[in-house]
Amino acid sequence: MEQDHKQIELETVLKKVDDPELPSVSVVDLGMVHEVKTDNQHVSITMIPTFAGCPALDIIEKNVKEAIEQVDWVESCDVTFSFRHKWSTNAITAEGKKQLKKHGVAPPPESYQPGEEWSVDCPYCGSLYTSMENVFGPTACRSILYCRSCRNPFEAMKPVIDYSVV
Amino acid sequence: MTNIESADQAKQDSSYREVLTELLYQLADDDFIVSFRGSEWLGLAPHIEEDVSFSSITQNTMGHAVLYYQLLEELGEGEADVLAHERPPEKRRNAIYLEKQNGDGSYLDEPYYDWALTVIRQYLYETFKKVKLEALTKSSYVPLADAAQKVLMEQTYHLAHWKTWVRQLQDSTEEAKTRLQSRLKEAWGEFLDVLELGPKANDMEKHQLIVAESVLQKKWLEEIKETLAVIPAEPLQKNKGSGRNTEHTQDLTQALVTLSEVYDQDKNAVW
Repeated sequence: MEQDHKQIELETVLKKVDDPELPSVSVVDLGMVHEVKTDNQHVSITMIPTFAGCPALDIIEKNVKEAIEQVDWVESCDVTFSFRHKWSTNAITAEGKKQLKKHGVAPPPESYQPGEEWSVDCPYCGSLYTSMENVFGPTACRSILYCRSCRNPFEAMKPVIDYSVV
Repeated sequence: MTNIESADQAKQDSSYREVLTELLYQLADDDFIVSFRGSEWLGLAPHIEEDVSFSSITQNTMGHAVLYYQLLEELGEGEADVLAHERPPEKRRNAIYLEKQNGDGSYLDEPYYDWALTVIRQYLYETFKKVKLEALTKSSYVPLADAAQKVLMEQTYHLAHWKTWVRQLQDSTEEAKTRLQSRLKEAWGEFLDVLELGPKANDMEKHQLIVAESVLQKKWLEEIKETLAVIPAEPLQKNKGSGRNTEHTQDLTQALVTLSEVYDQDKNAVW
């Protein structure tokens, strides 16, 4: 019972750790937290990196560690990134998608074939009348689009899905 | 053969570990030098959106090199940063064609770089990278198979980008067509080095780390034939030598000196 309580407490803390490049979207809602283990006063967190070349990973690791170590019963916390589990944009939670939209970033499209073109609705006005300006955006995980209805440029999370090799 | 699940397990078989590290150095050093040559286009790409795209691809590709250097670190080869910055050219396994300078001049002084070389090189390389990664997802070394799967999910965007450039340019002006063809002809004389797995190729196959060179090469040729309008009739060659055999040109020395300039000023600095 006490263990459950501890687990919930840690998850609440993690929900407040935002992605440094997407303020207001937590690492939990981005689907980056794989496992939280406690051993008395020690916490081990396994995280799943979004993009391998993402320079924010070190910052995220530091922020998660610091936030967890603020919890009064925690003495130490270690954070590791695992490549055993694949991050995909399907791992973003409903809350994560809502927060992304608020930030002017459209959530990734629901269905996507690797290597093919894709489109999303405008996060501001919801219009379908959007165009892809650049698949590559300010960070590895985002693309740049333009809404022809409300005439706003916006960003969208690039779809990344499991690529199975037959 | 059974899968090898971890670095500790790989270390128990010295022959397996030796062949595995050889393969990892090739993968790491290829992505590393391709990424460096890409970074030299920063601010010089044909238009602003291309600058954003190419630097994003380049940054991500360096991230892929880091993954492989980390796998080498786990196998006891030394720290990833040291492996990337401090190994001299005679220890590098990247293919020679990939180290070729982007054109005449230098980044800071009159960079007369050639976009046709870049489009052809990136396209041929990313296509082969995909073929190789698909084979690596079935590697007997599980940490490598996992890394390959991860990279494959991201790399699909890189390949799509260069495929678009090739398609549009070869369907464009006479000048564009001629420039592409001349760079393709040049690549044909050197690219065999990229397609090879070096002196330990047979052992790599024996340990089921990756499939045979011939299988990879055949698949690569099939893929590029779907996009390139004209394929040179001559056989592929490696007339600059074999980078897999640690042979290199002055171009690699230039790249390493430039890349490590800041690192060498204070090796203990924390970034």
